[in-house]
Amino acid sequence: MSYAKALQCRECHREYPLNPIHFCEFCFGPLEVVYDYAALAQSISRQSIQRGPLSMWRYRDLLPVSREEVVDMNAGFTPLIKAHNLGKLLGLENLYLKNDCVNPTYSFKDRVVSVAATKALEFGFDTLACASTGNLAGAVSAHAARAGLRAYVFIPADLERGKMVGSAIYGATLVAVKGTYDEVNRLCAEIGDKYPWAFVNINVRPYYAEGSKTLGYEVAEQLGWRAPDHAVVPVASGSLFTKIWKGLKELSSLGLIGPVSTHMHVTQAAGSAPIATAHAEGTMMVKPVRAQTIAKSLAIGNPADGYYALKTLKESRGAAAAVSDDEVVAGMKLLAETEGIFAETAGGVTIAGLKRLVAAGAIKSGELTVAFITGSGLKTQEAVESVVNPLVIPPTLAAFQEAIGKPAGPARAR
Amino acid sequence: MAKKRMKFTFPPKLITEPVIYNLGHRFKIVTNIRRAEVSESRGWVVLEMEGDSAEIERGIAWVTTMGVRADPIEGDVVAG
Repeated sequence: MSYAKALQCRECHREYPLNPIHFCEFCFGPLEVVYDYAALAQSISRQSIQRGPLSMWRYRDLLPVSREEVVDMNAGFTPLIKAHNLGKLLGLENLYLKNDCVNPTYSFKDRVVSVAATKALEFGFDTLACASTGNLAGAVSAHAARAGLRAYVFIPADLERGKMVGSAIYGATLVAVKGTYDEVNRLCAEIGDKYPWAFVNINVRPYYAEGSKTLGYEVAEQLGWRAPDHAVVPVASGSLFTKIWKGLKELSSLGLIGPVSTHMHVTQAAGSAPIATAHAEGTMMVKPVRAQTIAKSLAIGNPADGYYALKTLKESRGAAAAVSDDEVVAGMKLLAETEGIFAETAGGVTIAGLKRLVAAGAIKSGELTVAFITGSGLKTQEAVESVVNPLVIPPTLAAFQEAIGKPAGPARAR
Repeated sequence: MAKKRMKFTFPPKLITEPVIYNLGHRFKIVTNIRRAEVSESRGWVVLEMEGDSAEIERGIAWVTTMGVRADPIEGDVVAG
């Protein structure tokens, strides 16, 4: 059973039936799923959630799916770990990391695509599609394979071959589009509109986006049913950021957690920071930019949910940080060296942004802070290739001793 | 006849120019504004264009050369 009752325009609030549509016919505003919260409140409880599977689907009552059999690759319910070492280094006593690197295709996109693929089957589509340069492509291709759907993945023609492998291996059809970023983007929007496919971030976007709420639910549950004081989130389109906030507020309105006073903080790469820039300038009007950063998974210059991200920032009294590419690399190294998590460049943005927010006094030592790590570093190894400086030695013990600067002591077990 | 939904973002120098009026006069395109926001320093318009699809493409190319940024209403759909 689904508690989703309609799609609603985020601008003029007109309601539409739960169909594969994504914009309001009247004002062209984006549509969002609304639920029957009164009915939900009658049936949902902490216990009912805890009886569910150890995946994002333990929150299925809060997701817009009615199909019994969901497309489930066990995305979600990822670790929330206390970051003692990094916290100490940054002067934070209560720092946690939400590690979404360990999802089936190594990023949080598995959450949103799991919902989108389920909706694709519900709506009777036979094809799942997306336009992507990385994480989304992998998630769509894998979930399509699992669901028995065809997959079309649109990529810029100059994308590195290595990045195509993570999608092609699942049997997806890759379409390499020659042209500028804007031309590729326009074509994909048009195809998403014209073909009878579930284009995950176009015609089924209202459902797809809801999958990100599960990050908010999980963090609250894993903290012992409470919202954090601070959430530090890497931001591209703004969807993940606004949905974590929506998830926390839903839990509160359903009485599953207390009042939410979380400060939602935006972290962006400086070369692709339209939301952080608008926030700094004190305007609610997001000015599109040409994205230029090593944090490719965040390289969205014209964010669909930019305005709503700014609203969330304002409502939650959050802050924003835009970090340089050098800071991104330093952030990746810092996270790996202190907590053993190899995150992609977006994780470097989160950690570098967190550092900035602490330095600016936006986050204080004892406050409960969660930093969201949304994808694995194995996908963006080129960003940190400089860490590889092996000691090159001939095959002798003497050479080894000389290289490490100390002789061997007596053999000892630790 | 084709229809296209677009978001035009205007730089400050074009805020006072009748770009959309000129678009309708230079090209055989019917424009229909659905939402807009304009301030002293910037502005955007979400509109529908109706006409021959090649004519719409020529119109979009023209506003782009004028300095307007023309995007689909969905924003950037090429995700990471």
